[in-house]
Amino acid sequence: MTESMDQLTLSCPNCAQAVAESDRYCEECGIDLTATRAAGADPRAGAAAALAAAELSAAPDPLAVALCPDVTFGATADPEVQLGAGTAGSAAAAEFAGGSAFGAGAPAGAADPTGAPSAAGLGAGGAAVPSGATGDFVLAAPLLATEAEVGVAPVAADPWSGVPSGDARVCVGCGAQRIDTDGYCEVCGLAQPRPRDHQERALNGVCGVSDRGHRHHRNEDAFAVAATSRPDGSPAVVAVVCDGVSSATRPDEASQAAADSASEALLEALEAGEEPEAAMVRAIMTAADRVDALADEFEREPSRNSPACTIVSAVLTGGRVTVGWVGDSRAYWFPDDRSGSQRLTVDDSWATRMVEAGLMSEAEAFADPRAHAITGWLGADAVEVEPHTMSFVPQTPGTVLICSDGLWNYAEGAVDLAAVVPADARTKPLQAAQILARYACDRGGHDNITVALLPVDPVEPPEPTLPDHPPTLVGESLDSPTIQLREGES
Amino acid sequence: MAKLTKSNFPQFSVDIFQNAYLAQGANEVNAIVTVTATGGGTSASLPSAGYGGALDGPDAAVVIAVDCSGSMDYPPTKIRNAREATAVAIDSVRDGVAFAVVAGTHEAKEVYPGGGQLAISSPGTREEAKQSLRRLTPGGGTAIGTWLTKADQIFSTRPDVSIRHAILLTDGRNEHERPDQLQHTLDRVQGRFTADCRGVGTDWEVAELRRISSALLGSVDIVADPSGLAADFQAMMEKAMGKAVADVALRVWTPANAQVKFVKQVAPVVEDLSGRRSDAGPRAGDYPTGSWGDESRDYHVCIEVPPAGVGDEMLAGRISLVVPHPDGTSEVLSQGLVKAVWTDDLNASTKINPQVAHYTGQAELAGAIQEGLDAHRRGDLDTATAKLGKAVQLAADSGNEDTFKLLSKVVDVVDAKEGTVRFRKDVSAEDSMTLETRSTKTVRVKK
Repeated sequence: MTESMDQLTLSCPNCAQAVAESDRYCEECGIDLTATRAAGADPRAGAAAALAAAELSAAPDPLAVALCPDVTFGATADPEVQLGAGTAGSAAAAEFAGGSAFGAGAPAGAADPTGAPSAAGLGAGGAAVPSGATGDFVLAAPLLATEAEVGVAPVAADPWSGVPSGDARVCVGCGAQRIDTDGYCEVCGLAQPRPRDHQERALNGVCGVSDRGHRHHRNEDAFAVAATSRPDGSPAVVAVVCDGVSSATRPDEASQAAADSASEALLEALEAGEEPEAAMVRAIMTAADRVDALADEFEREPSRNSPACTIVSAVLTGGRVTVGWVGDSRAYWFPDDRSGSQRLTVDDSWATRMVEAGLMSEAEAFADPRAHAITGWLGADAVEVEPHTMSFVPQTPGTVLICSDGLWNYAEGAVDLAAVVPADARTKPLQAAQILARYACDRGGHDNITVALLPVDPVEPPEPTLPDHPPTLVGESLDSPTIQLREGES
Repeated sequence: MAKLTKSNFPQFSVDIFQNAYLAQGANEVNAIVTVTATGGGTSASLPSAGYGGALDGPDAAVVIAVDCSGSMDYPPTKIRNAREATAVAIDSVRDGVAFAVVAGTHEAKEVYPGGGQLAISSPGTREEAKQSLRRLTPGGGTAIGTWLTKADQIFSTRPDVSIRHAILLTDGRNEHERPDQLQHTLDRVQGRFTADCRGVGTDWEVAELRRISSALLGSVDIVADPSGLAADFQAMMEKAMGKAVADVALRVWTPANAQVKFVKQVAPVVEDLSGRRSDAGPRAGDYPTGSWGDESRDYHVCIEVPPAGVGDEMLAGRISLVVPHPDGTSEVLSQGLVKAVWTDDLNASTKINPQVAHYTGQAELAGAIQEGLDAHRRGDLDTATAKLGKAVQLAADSGNEDTFKLLSKVVDVVDAKEGTVRFRKDVSAEDSMTLETRSTKTVRVKK
């Protein structure tokens, strides 16, 4: 049996410190773990958590947060292990169900036919992964043989608490068991968590987490992660993050449409052997067209602009990272030792323009209420979409992070953000993405938060450089790629 | 039973207009609910056009109650015009519809067909009915409650008929009955039939007639010149013939710990329904809206919800239409959702929905007119001028031209924008009563 690349671990609901099942208190923050294990439902808990709580005969306690952002990434060869964890009915199982993205898929699978195949599919994908006993991250070649979707484990869940699914839905506000078909509690009227409120997706080599945050009533961010293979059989992974413009009509639809269409376009182009940079520009233009088209689909809400969103995307193939963006969603590079952590994108924003023009210092510009006004976006109102791209070939292991401003608002500089990115982000990317989303939530979660991570391990020598696309990174500066901004050819 | 199988049962649609965004701590949710009924299909058909309803019994019943008090003879044109108008109204009754005519004084006398019955409309019965109108002769007092009671008795002979509508004409005050007697009658008959009320001349009391029409979910209007009665009666009857479904209720569900502050019809006229709520299951209440043809009405619903945290979304109200079935069950038709979303985005939370703003203004306009005319009657000219000044301003702002014209017959408008007005010295009773009667008429939002 293939070993799973990561151990299924528990972590502290309060501080995410790794804890053992037998631990009574967290070593880091001292919280009583037994109390949280006996958990009832978090106020935001979905039905699975409530069901788990019911199995444990524990009264729902809004204070007992069944948080457990631990996760297994990479998957085990045997999906039954996961299912077993989700259905054992023990306190630990409840923890797993609530905390592990894949474990969460298991109890959902019990009630929801779509859940099980995903978990199983991932297990199958993982089964062919070469043994990762060292814990090093390896791009999962066998996964490429299948459609990217097969490996996708959709987790329409709140990882802090549980998975909403099945029929026996319980109101997250008042505990009433009467939820109307339109998603509101029949007693207290509270809107129930929606699938997009919290989403996670993980493939070997790329993963993403998106959360509504605390202050917005819906998640207007969207992301897509995908993996495929180049015509020569080498792997390629793709991540796209889009942030809907709140002042526009239907920003949630705009971001979803953009993320989906860009990801699709990238896959197609990469499979066809197109160079990543050219593919990136085309994908962003495809997404722009798709968002443009949304404007015509429905009557526009009066006094609101056409649907619009930002986009940032990263592609990793042949050892080369290619980033493209429009707007103020960002990409960062974090080498494993975090020295030389770097922002890869330059915002299309008012603040950036002010700084570029020398009119304000960066601090002044970001303190201004207009700081977040974006100067570039996808949408019918955009005069001209100019995708920016950059690419580099990392020479050391590290992680590429792309995110919406819901994250970087709380740690703007690369160094500040590097301090928040867990040290093992490259080997446990989904857990890292969860921790980062949680980090933003804990600091107020003023905006929707979306994070996607692409672990990079240049163990294999990078592909030979093709003559028409010279690498933008020059040999010496191993840890700090130079960034070359490019105006896209639109 | 036949009613629902007919193809003329209208389709109802519900549209909600609101700004769902609330600032932190805010707890009042306002929404305009537009209810549109289409496909009732009878409003276009001509009277006497061989209406199929005759095959399986009448689908509507109408009672015309005409004031025959002594004052109707002063001037004698009044009773003559009333007879003519009633004849025109009878001509507008569709074939197959049940109808009766009542002469109202301090008591109610059946004029046609008599015997506490309803006649079924046909060219023959309509002719007979018109002949019998000679028996509408003035003499006696006015006790409108007795007319309503008589109408109710006549309607109750045909419990199978769902659409029951009365047309009521009076020229004077309800002098031969105490107000509490009339109220008692209204409490008893409301919900059993609807009624449009008309006051002819200027000796009747607007508030009194409005109380009747409100209770019976109908319209009230003034026909100052008796010669205008015929056209008005015809229009009223045609509208009544267009009704396809009766006893429709607006059902408002609110979440636990929420309060309905008010439910008002705001178009085509302002009518506060808040006091008319009847419970309809947990946290839901029904507000009667009467009968519907092809038409559209707007309602302003105001709900107080328990405040929630920023980022929370709550369903503040579920607004649906409830239509009764002849077998006693009821059917919930299309619904709309009123939402509350708490946000720290001031841009979003401070926006007032244009529909809500408009109708808030229209309701305020109606109130200002009524208060102004009330103050004028009390001799408080300062208050009257201030109130009507405000009314002029609101009417001008909202583009309610009809009301603006009526106002300018009562006051001289110095500056409409500022609401500066002077009371006219020679205001006729007709003009001030017309203004008062039509004060509740609203216009829709300008596009």
